[in-house]
Amino acid sequence: MNATALPAGMTLDTFPKYLLLNAQRFGDRPALRHKDYGIWQSWTWEDQLDEVRAFALGLQAMGLSHGERVAVIGANRPRLYWSICAAQSLGAVPVPVYADAVAEELAYVLNHADVRFAVVQDQEQVDKIHSFADSIPHLKTIIYDEPRGLRDYDHTNLHSFADVQAQGRSAAASDHQLVSRWEQSILAASGDEISVMLYTSGTTGRSKGVMLTAKGSVGAAQDTVTFDRLTEQDSVLAYLPLAWVGDHYMNYAQGYVSGFCMNCPESTETVAQDLREIAPTFYFAPPRVFEGLLTSVTIRMEDASKLKQRMYKHFIGVARKHGEAILEGRPVPLGARLSYALGRFFVYEPLKNVLGLSNIRVAYTAGEAIGQDLFSFFRSLGINLKQLYGQTEAFLYVTCQKDGAVRSDAVGPATPNVEIRISDSGEVQFKSPGQFVGYFKQDAETRETVTADGFVKTGDAGFFEPDGQLRIIDRAKDVGKLNGGALFAPKYIENVLKFFPNIKEAVAFGHGKDFVTAFINIDLQAVGNWAERNNIAYASYQELAGHPDVYKIIAGHVDETNKRLAQEPMMACAQINRFLILHKELDADDGELTRTQKVRRSFVADRYEPLINALYDGSSEKFVETEVTYEDGRKGRIRANVRIDDAAIYGGKAPMQEAAE
Amino acid sequence: MNAPLEHTEIVAAGDDGIAPGELLMDVRNVSLRFGGVKAITDISFNVKKGEIRAIIGPNGAGKTSMLNVINGFYTPQEGSITFRGVERRAMKPHHAVRQGIARTFQNVALFKGMSTLDNIMAGRSVKMHRGLGWQMLWHGPALQEEIAHREKVEEIIDFLEIQHIRRTPVGKLPYGLQKRVELGRALAMEPSLLLLDEPMAGMNLEEKEDMSRFILDVNGQRGTTICLIEHDMGVVMDLSDRVVVLDYGKKIADGVPDDVKSDQQVIDAYLGVAH
Repeated sequence: MNATALPAGMTLDTFPKYLLLNAQRFGDRPALRHKDYGIWQSWTWEDQLDEVRAFALGLQAMGLSHGERVAVIGANRPRLYWSICAAQSLGAVPVPVYADAVAEELAYVLNHADVRFAVVQDQEQVDKIHSFADSIPHLKTIIYDEPRGLRDYDHTNLHSFADVQAQGRSAAASDHQLVSRWEQSILAASGDEISVMLYTSGTTGRSKGVMLTAKGSVGAAQDTVTFDRLTEQDSVLAYLPLAWVGDHYMNYAQGYVSGFCMNCPESTETVAQDLREIAPTFYFAPPRVFEGLLTSVTIRMEDASKLKQRMYKHFIGVARKHGEAILEGRPVPLGARLSYALGRFFVYEPLKNVLGLSNIRVAYTAGEAIGQDLFSFFRSLGINLKQLYGQTEAFLYVTCQKDGAVRSDAVGPATPNVEIRISDSGEVQFKSPGQFVGYFKQDAETRETVTADGFVKTGDAGFFEPDGQLRIIDRAKDVGKLNGGALFAPKYIENVLKFFPNIKEAVAFGHGKDFVTAFINIDLQAVGNWAERNNIAYASYQELAGHPDVYKIIAGHVDETNKRLAQEPMMACAQINRFLILHKELDADDGELTRTQKVRRSFVADRYEPLINALYDGSSEKFVETEVTYEDGRKGRIRANVRIDDAAIYGGKAPMQEAAE
Repeated sequence: MNAPLEHTEIVAAGDDGIAPGELLMDVRNVSLRFGGVKAITDISFNVKKGEIRAIIGPNGAGKTSMLNVINGFYTPQEGSITFRGVERRAMKPHHAVRQGIARTFQNVALFKGMSTLDNIMAGRSVKMHRGLGWQMLWHGPALQEEIAHREKVEEIIDFLEIQHIRRTPVGKLPYGLQKRVELGRALAMEPSLLLLDEPMAGMNLEEKEDMSRFILDVNGQRGTTICLIEHDMGVVMDLSDRVVVLDYGKKIADGVPDDVKSDQQVIDAYLGVAH
C-alpha cells in the first residue's frame, strides 16, 4: 500500500508527518535494523510505515484515544520504536520508561502519567506491572513484544504486539477509508500538541514528567541535523535507554527528520559486537561508555604480546602529541605527519575497527563532564568527538561544539536558535526551540524551573569562556566551599579520579568541612584483571576492594590526582586528604545512582554518614552494615570493616599543611 | 517486505505422535549389578509425555546409574524399558539419541576449545543427512543443510539468551554459562526425552533461578519431556510434576511433590534414622 501523495508545502511539525514523507522520499532505504537470530533484519521506510500503521490502527480499534498517554517499556527494539510513532500518529502521548526501573519506580511513573495502555518488551515487564497492579488503577491494557513465558498468563488484558497489528490490518482491509482517514488525521495534527513525555532520571528525587511539543521537538532535531549535516546515508546504533532524552533525540527524532538508519542491537550484552558490525557514522555516548572502552583497551593491551605493547605505547604517544592537531587541520611538522600515518596503519585504524568506530563522522558525549585525557585519547585517534550540553527540559541540546573548536573543559557555544544567559547567582539559564512546556501535573515545579521571562533554569553553575564556549563547573547546589574558604567542586575532583581505569566511581566530600575526602569504587574488570595477573585470589567485590595491595594502587592514583589538582590554581586547596574504598559498588537498585548512572550525592551522603564521619574524625577503620537490594528485589545486608587511608598534599597551599607548620 | 520474526512456540520437539499425558517411557523391574554390587534393584516407574519427572535420592542411591540405563550406557541385567511403545534390550547411547533421548552431564562435557555456536552445532550432527563426501564438497546440498541447521541453532541461542557468547570458546566461559551451553547442545537434538543430570550442581542462586526458568520454558514452550536428577530439594519440588525417590538402589516413593515430601520413608532416607 502506498502512502497518498503529500500536499506540497505542508509544515513538517510532527514525527508521523515525517514518517509519511520518508516513506515517499526514502521508500526503499533502510529505516531500521535489528539483529535477530544472528542476522541483521532490516525494514525500509515503507516497511516501517506499514508496521506503524498496522499497530496504530490496532490501537485505535482497541480504543486508544487522542491525548491519552501510552507507556513504552523495554530495550531498544523495533516494535517499541514503532509504538512511539504509532501513539503519536493517533495524537496520543508516548511515555517511554526505563526498562531496568524496579517495579515500584515503574508503578510510580505509570500511575503518575495515568496511562491506560502499556507496550512492553517481555515477561519481566509484565510481571513488574502485575506486582504493582493495585497502585496503577488506570492501566487496563498491556501489549507485549516477546511472547516468551507469557503463554499461560490471563490474556483478558494482555495482548501480543502481532495480534494488535493483525487487528489493525484486518480493520484496514474491511474499511478502505480507514488508512486514508489515518493519514489525513496525521496531516491535520497540530505541532503544538504534546509529542512525548520523558521522565527525568531523578538525580534529586522523584522523577518528573517533562512534556515536549511536537513542533519544538521536530524543530530542535531539524536544527542539529543541519548543524551536523546528517542525511539518510548515516547510521546509528540505538543502544541507550529508550526513556532517556539522549536516545529519543539522537536516534528517534534525528532519525525521522534526516531519514537515517537506526540499528537495534541483538541484546544489551552484545552491544560492543553489534557496534563493530554496524560501524555507525554518528555516535553518541555518555563519558561512562568512553571510559569503559578505554578501560577495556588498556586491559587487553596489558595481556598483549611485548611487541604489540611497545607499538601501542609508541604510537599512542605520537597520537597524543599530534593527533588532535591533525584532526583539526592545524600545522604539524612533516616528520610527525609521517609518524602518525604509520601509526594509523598499525594501531589507530585497527583499534577503531575493533571498537566499531571506523566510520564515525561525528561523535558526541554528554550527560557528565568528561576527563581531559579520556577526551583527547579518542580525538587523537582521529575520531571527531565533541561535547554537547543539554537537558531533558531543553529536548537535549543547549550548547554543542563546532568542528575545529573543540576542547574538553567547555561544552561549546549555544546551538542555533538557543539563547543562554548566566544568572546573577551564576546559574546557567536557557531558552530553546525544543524547550518543554512544563512538568506533567506538577505546576509548582514548573513555575520553580521556568523564569517569568521564559528561561529555563538548569541548576548548573557555569560561565562563558572568552571564546564564547560555555563552561559548566558543577551542579549549582553541589558546588560548595571548604571551611578555609576555598572552592569545592566535587564533580571536578571525581572526574580526575575516574580517569584511572582502576577507579570506576568516586564521590568527593568537603562542603563545610576542613578538607576534602573521597569514597572510591574500584573497577571490578580492571582491578580483577590485575589481581588475576598477580595471583591474588578474591571471592567478591568486597574482598577485592579491601585488599591491602588494592589500597596501595588506589593510594597511588589519589596521589597523582592531588599532584594534578595542585597545578590548578582554583583547585589546589581541594586536594584529597583522606579516602576509602567502598565495600560495595554504588548501584541504581539501591538508589545510589540514577538510572542513567549518575551519583545521587545527597542520598549517598545520608546512607554512608558513619563512613563520612570516620573520614573526618581521624579513625583508620570503620565497621559498617549496609542494606542492599538484589536484582530480583530481595534485600540483604552486607557488613564490612572499611579501611581509611591518608593521602599526601602538594603545593604547600593546603590549609592542613599550614596548620602543621 | 520483511516480517518481524516471531519468537514463539517453536514446534514441539521430537514429533513422536504421542499425545501429552500419555506414556512416553515405561521402566519395568529394572535391576543393575556391577559384579556383586547392586546399583539398582527392581525399579519400576514411568515418564509421561510433556511432564517434568525428577529422580531424587541421597548420594549413592543409584540416580545416575538409572539415567545411564535409560540412555543406553549401561545394560540392565533384568527388567525392560519401553520407549515410545517399543521395548528395547541392549542398546548403545547413539541408538538412544536416534530414538530421541538427549542428556546433559553432571560434570560439564563440552568441547572446550570450540565456540558456543560450534558446540551446539555439534548437537545437530545426528540430524545431518549429507555424508562426508558432500560435506567435503561443501557447496550445494551440504551448505543448504548447514544453513537449515544453523537456523535451528540460532533459535536455541535466542531461547537460552546466549547471543553474546556465540563466538566465545566454551572453555573461557563461567560455569553457569557452560551448563547453559550444554543444555543448548542437548536441545539441538530436538529430543522427545531430555535427561538432565544435576543441571544446577555448583551454581549460585541467580544461576539456579535462570536455569530453572529455562527448564520450565523448555518444557512449557517446546513441549519437551524432561527427566532430571537434582539435589536441591527446593528446585525439585518447585519444578517437577512427579518425583521418584531412590535409596540404596531401591524405589521408596513415587508421586507428586507434596506426597513425596510428607512420605515417612523419604524423610528417614534424607535425615537418616537409627537402624
